[in-house]
Amino acid sequence: MSPLGAIVRKELRTYFVSPIAYVVAGVFLLLLGLLLFLPVLAISNQSLQMLRMQGGLPDVNLNQLVFRPAFANMAVVMLLVVPILTMRLFAEEKKLKTMELLYTSPLTITDIVVGKFVAAFVVFAGMMLLTATGVLGLGAIADFQWAPIWTAYLGTLLLGGVFLSVGLLASGLTENQVIAVILSFGLLLVLWLFHWMGQLLGDSPMGQVVSYLSPLGHFDAMVNGLVNTKDLVYFAAAIVFSLFLAHRVIESQRWR
Amino acid sequence: MIQVEHLTKRYGPKTAIEDVTFSVEKGEVLAFLGPNGAGKTTTMRILTGSLPASSGTARVGGYDCFDQPMEVKHIIGYLPEFPPLYTEMTVTEYLTFVARIKGVPPAQIPAAMDHVLQRLSLGEVRGRLIANLSRGFKQRVGLAQALIHNPPVLVLDEPTSGLDPKQIIEIRQLIKELAGSHTIILSTHILPEATAVARRVVIIHEGRIVAEDSQERLSARLRRSEKVSITIKTPPPEARVRLSALPGVLSVHQDDLNTFLVEGELGSDLREDLARFIVGNQWGLLELKLVTITLEDVFLRLTQEEQPAEPPKTDASEPLPPQTSETGV
Repeated sequence: MSPLGAIVRKELRTYFVSPIAYVVAGVFLLLLGLLLFLPVLAISNQSLQMLRMQGGLPDVNLNQLVFRPAFANMAVVMLLVVPILTMRLFAEEKKLKTMELLYTSPLTITDIVVGKFVAAFVVFAGMMLLTATGVLGLGAIADFQWAPIWTAYLGTLLLGGVFLSVGLLASGLTENQVIAVILSFGLLLVLWLFHWMGQLLGDSPMGQVVSYLSPLGHFDAMVNGLVNTKDLVYFAAAIVFSLFLAHRVIESQRWR
Repeated sequence: MIQVEHLTKRYGPKTAIEDVTFSVEKGEVLAFLGPNGAGKTTTMRILTGSLPASSGTARVGGYDCFDQPMEVKHIIGYLPEFPPLYTEMTVTEYLTFVARIKGVPPAQIPAAMDHVLQRLSLGEVRGRLIANLSRGFKQRVGLAQALIHNPPVLVLDEPTSGLDPKQIIEIRQLIKELAGSHTIILSTHILPEATAVARRVVIIHEGRIVAEDSQERLSARLRRSEKVSITIKTPPPEARVRLSALPGVLSVHQDDLNTFLVEGELGSDLREDLARFIVGNQWGLLELKLVTITLEDVFLRLTQEEQPAEPPKTDASEPLPPQTSETGV
């Protein structure tokens, strides 16, 4: 087995022997279930009223009324949940002095950083897969367009990738898991707010650059069914850049 | 097998080790002896290829520790001071993971595992969580981790720290068994340990090597006279003077009313003459022992008397420090 594969397997194992993955996935699914269920409930109440008052069912667009807000809210939930998935990754290894084992084994720093990222991503993707049950359930009883759902899922996975890589970087900066999680929240919220900041700066080049740096606009486009190369490039670049920074951080700690 | 030349490591303005040079032959056991903070761990981490040095070179098995760290990491088994254990894993899970990252081919992992489990008597705890193991077992799992890929070179940082006496003896025994087939560097601040397992000792103090030799030669270097300690039941007041007058005696120091420390020329053995003289005078000989310099003395002298620049030079007539241990006749 490649050293990278060994790291991925070990991290996956750690996720599932500790309660973290289960608790995070449970809370995540509960919130997403509510985020899907509540708009559906609101629409069906409205439809019922319309049926009574006007005698006809309105033509509702579930993509617009249910999925778009649900995915937008999902991003906020991810902002809170993903750092909990990543806080452990380096902080704990440093605290338990097990980094020493990794440093003295024939592994590259890239193996370590990418291996941890991949494992966290697999767990996150598994959680996203479970959310599909809600979407599929709704699909069995209602009509809507599937294509924007797929792009929204792609966007969610990419956004999750950015969050995970930033969380991994934060975990690399400290040996305290609480600090790691708070640091990730901070970094991610600042990235989030770049969107707003960019809007305030207006249409100036500066404003465009700042907006581009925030994942929010890129994510919104994908939730709306748009897959642009510039968004894909943004996500790929953001993930690679965060992992690169994490690599530098972990590499530099070897010197101390 | 291991060549270290002029190795220096600075952490900012602080110098951890300075101009460290030594070498270890294949199959040899070298003990790295020094007080805590002397630079033992730093030197070992440089050897493992995980910590770059500020200057100097280190080679293990012909590979340069900085230019070819991957090759070095393949042939080194390293036990850090704190065994790097994933406590939420069982012993076998942990060792399987270590075998994988050390590059043991998957087909050989079960055999390698059985070998180390048996060698370290870990069979009975193989399925237990590491978190639930006792300190001694954890240390052994740490050693198993260093041995799993059967590396020709072992670097063990304080392998017996925190163990009880029985466990210490077991680990030392194991190290002795591994010697010959493995080249071993171990560090310790426990003096008898160095003599128990290693033929050669490097004494490091404040980042510098202050002595490097076999234990016998180190103590010989510091010994400028043969010393005999005698205890006499009823020594007459003039005992010290009369003992001094014996042929071959250089000086006599009276420790208390009954105990004398007699110094003779290097290479002489005064015990027989002294015994005959004291018994002949009916002073009542209670005890007579040859005082040998132990590694402890060497260590204390080298590390405490560093300041006057000439470490081993001490006044020959000065009594030995109280730490001196003695061996009976």
